[in-house]
Amino acid sequence: MDLYLPILGLAVLGAGFAVVTIVTSALVGPKRYNRAKLDSYECGIEPTPQPAGGGRFPVKYYITAMMFIVFDIEIVFLFPWAVAFDSMGIFALVEMVLFIATVFLAYAYVWRRGGLEWD
Amino acid sequence: MIVQALGVRTVDDLSEFGTDPWWLSLIKAVLIFVFLLLLTLFNIWFERRVVARMQHRAGPNKNGPFGLLQSLADAMKLMLKEDIMVKAADRLLYVLAPVISVIMAFLAFAVIPFGPVVDVPFTDRQTPLQLTDLPVGVLFVIAVASVGIYGIVLGGWASGSTYSLLGGMRSTAQVISYEVAMSLALVAVFLYAGSLSTSEIVNAQQRLWYALILLPSFIIFWVSMVGETNRAPFDMPEAEGELVAGYFTEYSSMKFAMFFLAEYINMVTVSAVATTLFLGGWRAPWPLSLWDGANAGYWPVLWFLAKVMMFMFVFVWLRGTLPRVRYDQFMALGWKVLIPVALLWTVAVATIRAMTLDGGLDRRVLVGGALVAVLLFLLLSIVGERAPKEEPEAEEQPFDPFAGGYPVPPMPGQRLPRPEPAGVVPGGAQPDQEDDTARRSATEEGD
Repeated sequence: MDLYLPILGLAVLGAGFAVVTIVTSALVGPKRYNRAKLDSYECGIEPTPQPAGGGRFPVKYYITAMMFIVFDIEIVFLFPWAVAFDSMGIFALVEMVLFIATVFLAYAYVWRRGGLEWD
Repeated sequence: MIVQALGVRTVDDLSEFGTDPWWLSLIKAVLIFVFLLLLTLFNIWFERRVVARMQHRAGPNKNGPFGLLQSLADAMKLMLKEDIMVKAADRLLYVLAPVISVIMAFLAFAVIPFGPVVDVPFTDRQTPLQLTDLPVGVLFVIAVASVGIYGIVLGGWASGSTYSLLGGMRSTAQVISYEVAMSLALVAVFLYAGSLSTSEIVNAQQRLWYALILLPSFIIFWVSMVGETNRAPFDMPEAEGELVAGYFTEYSSMKFAMFFLAEYINMVTVSAVATTLFLGGWRAPWPLSLWDGANAGYWPVLWFLAKVMMFMFVFVWLRGTLPRVRYDQFMALGWKVLIPVALLWTVAVATIRAMTLDGGLDRRVLVGGALVAVLLFLLLSIVGERAPKEEPEAEEQPFDPFAGGYPVPPMPGQRLPRPEPAGVVPGGAQPDQEDDTARRSATEEGD
C-alpha cells in the first residue's frame, strides 16, 4: 500500500489545482448575459435540436468498441505471459501462439466481413 | 536493495520504494507537479516557436526573454475570461470532464523514473528520483491514460453540441484503437525486461537500448503515441476544418485551459514512457556514457529531459510537416497495419527469446511456430479487402432545400434546382436544361 499512497498525493494535488483554477476563473471573470452566447455553437445558425440521450450513432463505433474489448483481453493475457516468459520457456511460447492464432482467426473473420471498413 | 555499479546506485527492486517519509514523498509530488506545469508552459512556447520557424515566421517573441512568458500571459488571460456554461450542457459532467482530464494527465507521471538513487540535499537520506514504482508500473500508465479518455468523451457529450459530440466520439474510437497497438508493441519490451516496473525496465537497458533491438516495437509505439494524444497528423477529434474544435468547442476560460494543459501533459507523458521503455530512460546516451559520472547524482535528469524534448520536437515537426489524414485511412492504419504487425512481431520476438533461452533449441517447435506465423501472414494477405459493392444508382428524388426547416445541401441522387436568374425577362431566352457545367460555361460565355 505504501507504493500507492504517493500516487494519491499527486492526484489530490492535480485535483486541487484544477478545482482552484476553475473556481477562481468563475469568480474573477466577467458575466454578461446574452441569449445567443449560451446557445451551442453552430456557425451562427440556430443550433440543431439534439435528441435526448445523445440519439443514435453509426454502428462503426460499437464495432470498434467490441473489437477493442477483444484485443484488450488478449493484451491482459499477454502482459503477465511476457513477464513470466523466461521461467516457462517453450511451453509458454506454444500456448501463446495457439491463443494468438485463435484471436487472429476472429480478427480475420471481422476483416473479411468488412468490420474494419470505415466509410 | 541498492546495487553499487560503476559508482551508480540504481534501484534493484521495488523495496527501495514506499520507504520515503511523508514529507519527502510530498516534496517529490510537488516537484513533479510544478515540473509538469512549467514544462507545459515551455512546450507551448516551444511548439509555437518551432512551427513558426518552419513556416518562416518569428513566433511569439515579445513577452519576456525570447517570448518565453507568452504562454503564461495566455493562461492569465484565459483566467480572466468569462466562464460560459452552454444552455444545452449537462451541468455536472460539463464541469467534471476537464477536471478528470487534468488529474489523469498528472497521475501517469508518478511512476516515471527521472534518475537513479540520489542524496537528498541537507539530509543524509537517499531516495530514488521517482515518486513511486509499482510491480505493474507500465500497466498503471496505460490504465490512467484510458481513464483520461473519459474526460474527452464526457466533455464532448455534456456540451450538448453536434461538433463536440462528434469530436468526442471520434476521439474515443481513435484512442481505444491506438491503445491496442500501443500495448501490443510493449509486450516485446516486457518479454525482454521480465518486468512491468519502470525502474526495472530502465535497469534492464543498461547495455543496449530496446529501441535498437526491438526497432519495430519502437516504431509502432511511436506512431500510436501520436494517435493516442490526438496530435497532428492524427488530430481528427479537433479538426478545425470539420469540427470547429471538436470536443472542446463549447469550452471557454479555465475549463478550456484544463483540456489544453491535459493535452500537453499527455504529450510529455507518452514521450517520457517512450524514453523509459525504449531509449534507456535516464541513462546517458553513448558518447556521454563513457564519462563515469554521467549516470550518477542529478545528471541523469538532464539526459532524461533531453530525450523527452527530442520526442516533443518530433511532435512539433510532424505538425509542421504533415497534413491531417482522413479518418478512415487513420482507422485502417491502426487496425489493418499496426495491430497485425505488432502481433506477428510479438510472436517472432517470443520465438527468438525462447530460442536463446533454450540454447540447444527444439527445432520441431521452432519450425512449428514459424509455420503458424507464416500461415497467419498468408491468411491475412488472402483475406484482403472485399471489393466494395456497387451502389445501386439512386433514383432521382425531389429535393427540398429547406427539409426540416433548415437549409440543407442535396443528398446523393438529388439535384440542386437551378436558381432563378435575377433580372431575366419572363419568356426571354432560357438556357438549355443540360448539366451544370455546360450551363455554367454557357453563362460565362454570355457574360
